[in-house]
Amino acid sequence: MVQKLDRLKESPSQTAGPYVHIGATPNWVEITGVWNEDLGLVLVSPETKGERIIVKGRIFDGSGTPVKDALVEIWQADGQGLYNSPQEKRGKADPHFTGWGRQPTDGMTGEFKFETIKPGGVPFKDGRLMAPHITFWIVARGINIGLHTRMYFGDEEAANAECPVLARIEHKVRVPTLIAARSEENGMPTYTFDIHLQGEKETVFFDI
Amino acid sequence: MSDQGSFYQRDRNWHPPAFTPTYKTSILRSPQYPLLSLDNTISELTGPTFGHNKLGPLDNDLIRNFAKTGDPIGQRIVVYGRVLDENARPVPGVLVEFWQANAGGRYRHKKETYLAAIDPNFGGCGRAITDEEGRYWFRTIKPGAYPWPNGVNDWRPAHIHFSVFGHAFAQRLITQMYFEGDPMIWQCPIVSTIPDRRAVEQLIAALDRENTLPMDALAYKFDIVLRGRRSTMFENRMEGN
Repeated sequence: MVQKLDRLKESPSQTAGPYVHIGATPNWVEITGVWNEDLGLVLVSPETKGERIIVKGRIFDGSGTPVKDALVEIWQADGQGLYNSPQEKRGKADPHFTGWGRQPTDGMTGEFKFETIKPGGVPFKDGRLMAPHITFWIVARGINIGLHTRMYFGDEEAANAECPVLARIEHKVRVPTLIAARSEENGMPTYTFDIHLQGEKETVFFDI
Repeated sequence: MSDQGSFYQRDRNWHPPAFTPTYKTSILRSPQYPLLSLDNTISELTGPTFGHNKLGPLDNDLIRNFAKTGDPIGQRIVVYGRVLDENARPVPGVLVEFWQANAGGRYRHKKETYLAAIDPNFGGCGRAITDEEGRYWFRTIKPGAYPWPNGVNDWRPAHIHFSVFGHAFAQRLITQMYFEGDPMIWQCPIVSTIPDRRAVEQLIAALDRENTLPMDALAYKFDIVLRGRRSTMFENRMEGN
């Protein structure tokens, strides 16, 4: 007999279900008075440093139908490329930017929309810079384990071309599924990031 | 950055796979391409934190946090446990969120149409931040079973949904807690998306008579395990786990 490694197993995931909003965004489903504000709705305040942007999009299922009951979380660095997290050892992130957001997709249109700032690039394990990106985590009815992906910025062509993570994607035809086009809407730079869960245009999802 | 140990790889044979056709909604919502494996970068090794100041005094008391005219109807219970990592170390200071139906299996949600009555004194949401030993606890009403449009006569076992943040975005997890002895656990298409019976058993909370409050509330114990971190050897000291 060898010694046992004696580790626990991770709790298995289960779907968030159609009523995930009760726990995550109760005020949004009119469960009011329990807590004042839903966490993660607002990322920026007047003090936040960096370029204000809108990130919006929809999530489509394998039939092309928008998913109207999903919950989307984003996690990103600040304008200088620092994460507001105790695990961040490189410096102190902007104290006026948590870097984390959470939104339900709209019950009618399926759209999610975050007002945030454009993140700076952060280093890969070997020190090379990864292109600016926002990490996405998507849960919903029918999704048994949360899906991780990344949004990159369409106007960062040079950085995207050098990004060691994008370079890992063997099928180059799939790289554009992670790149959001920039436009101008109501005077705000807007990046549209549509996510396809399944099919021809399927978004690249990561096992991180 | 290279001195930060990654998290242990997720065992995706322990978790449910994406495509589980007996749970019908998964058919069109499951990616078909393989996931792209990515050893953790700083984007996954970091994660948001939530201070105790975010929480109100009734946030972990579902019996009182929505009450309007009195207590909600149903079996009073206490649910408690620890958030641990795979190295069996407590995960302190992390946000745990929970939501559930009322005693009759009815959710307070605008898209919910089940004929069982809403309880005017029950909202169904709560949250807690783990203490220095990774413990959380809350008080609630035991949820009822609930029918859902999957098969013609499918019912969810009594369950409470859990959302857990770890110390890194790589640890983010949503799962469900079931109750010891419920025969419907083994009939549920969502439970059976989990391939391994031992993994299902990890989601079943034990009735704990020792911590039950006499003449008040039954207690259930539910521990949650998040991914553990690899040590980084040969630095000045072991880090990570």
